[in-house]
Amino acid sequence: MNPAEPIISVEDLTRVFGSLIAVDRVSFDVAGREVFGFLGPNGAGKTTTINMLCTLLKPTSGHATLNGYDISSQQDQVRQSIGIVFQDPTLDEQLTARENLQFHAMLYNVPASEREIRSRRVLEIVGLAERSRDKVETFSGGMKRRLEIARGLMHYPRVLFLDEPTLGLDPQTRTAIWEYVHELRQQYGITVFLTTHYMDEAENCDRIAIIDHGNIVALDKPDDLKHRVGGDIITLRPVDAEATRRELKDRFGLNGAILEAHADNSGPAGTHLRLEAPSGRTLLPQLLKGLSTEILSVTVREPTLDDVFLSLTGRQIREEAAAGKMAVMKDRIRIRRRARSH
Amino acid sequence: MRRFRAVYIIWLRDLKRHFRDRARIIGSLGSPIVFVFILGQGLGASFRFTGAEADFDYKVFMFPGILGMTVLFAGVFAAVSIVWDREFGFLKEMLVAPVPSWSIALGKVISGATIATSQGALMLLLAPLVGIRLTLPMVLALLPTMFLVSISMTGMGILVATRLKSMQGFQVVMNFIMMPMFFISGAMFQLSSAPAWMDVLSRINPLTYGVDALRSIMVADFPSRYPLGYDLAMLAIISSALIIISIIAFSRQQ
Repeated sequence: MNPAEPIISVEDLTRVFGSLIAVDRVSFDVAGREVFGFLGPNGAGKTTTINMLCTLLKPTSGHATLNGYDISSQQDQVRQSIGIVFQDPTLDEQLTARENLQFHAMLYNVPASEREIRSRRVLEIVGLAERSRDKVETFSGGMKRRLEIARGLMHYPRVLFLDEPTLGLDPQTRTAIWEYVHELRQQYGITVFLTTHYMDEAENCDRIAIIDHGNIVALDKPDDLKHRVGGDIITLRPVDAEATRRELKDRFGLNGAILEAHADNSGPAGTHLRLEAPSGRTLLPQLLKGLSTEILSVTVREPTLDDVFLSLTGRQIREEAAAGKMAVMKDRIRIRRRARSH
Repeated sequence: MRRFRAVYIIWLRDLKRHFRDRARIIGSLGSPIVFVFILGQGLGASFRFTGAEADFDYKVFMFPGILGMTVLFAGVFAAVSIVWDREFGFLKEMLVAPVPSWSIALGKVISGATIATSQGALMLLLAPLVGIRLTLPMVLALLPTMFLVSISMTGMGILVATRLKSMQGFQVVMNFIMMPMFFISGAMFQLSSAPAWMDVLSRINPLTYGVDALRSIMVADFPSRYPLGYDLAMLAIISSALIIISIIAFSRQQ
């Protein structure tokens, strides 16, 4: 296959459930060897799109090809070309890790002489070689997910689909899984297509499609997406949000947005004022000097994909509690580092 | 060829799982044993058979019926494991594989029937304890007959599994399908004195023909309800119909 040709090509793909348009005329291409991410809140249409590309769900209208095969008329060829790791585990817990892999290899027509070699190799990749003869029911959540990724590789797919691959996993396992993903791309030249609603995870992708209400609202490299937001993000926690907002507008010409924030990466819960400013760090001292209304706390940071999502849709992707906590930690570390280097 | 290979793979996996679970294999023989040796002993005293000698042992009459019950329960239960597979996600692994969904359903029917037949074969070991002397030709006739009965049971089980969204509904299936099927099959009592409505139901019940066939083979000196050939023909018809219907139902739900 010509490397310049996209490995996945989607055109006006639509899926309707009753009166709900889950995916609405979505079009995009994914290049070979790319790590392509679908980012969006729960219910945005990520999984529905993946299910259509995996031939589990028939599109209501539109077309898509994968590895040159049509997803509607060449199901078996498409299936043979892909590996899938679903959100929920799909392993047989009563069988051993090795048996799960062998079963998969048989279903995907891997020649008998190859099965043993391949299962040993993929287990090594995901670091489960010593557990190959243990029943899957004895595995932790992270190990199961790694085993599923290993299984998805058994038949040398051209595209590996990962639906929320690190959902509910601890930070170390998440990092480890990302290392595997990058390694796979480098060693086997496979394309990785993943969905996530973790912002920090999406940064690992070459390109991201931000999806909301069944539509792709933006598709670009993570850095380019972030440049679309107007500079740094300043978050203030004022005593009287409305008074401060008015003062900022009158004296500095800044449009602040009042946010009722949860305890997440922008600070503790409460009423916040969020500003976008081209060079926030130099603006901040002037702001603090000039403002007469009282401020309790201030943060300045570079835009994240969360800000991109916010500026595109007017809403935040609500991260799950665990992820939120981790992001807070990361931000704190970042702030500390910044403080030290200044 | 490749598609039939998928049938074999599904079969292989189910058998591996089954024979690994020794506790369940032994455990599922518990209730048939209780039926034969406790219920059979107790009820035997108050039974009068029509067309047989007055001192005919009730346990001998009942044993083929309990064999049918073993196959009924094991077969339906094996097929309903599709619901477990769905709940634990493994069904999805099979459904996204490059194999047609009918081969998954057929694989399940055959694996369930194999498991049910093996459970029945285990029960056969107890036959001498109730005074039935098994010969090799008898066993060779019993095994395929049990397999045929099992196929209609697993076919029915698959049909049930496509409707059941969780294992919680299984109790309903048990009480409203499996238990009535068992009692209206002639496993515990002769159907000759049954009222008309029960007689009608018994004629569409595959287990009726199954139990009658097993009894014809095992108990020579007891008058069977139908000729053996008729039993087997009815079983073959019902089994084929159930296989086809269950495969269609399974493929359609996906």
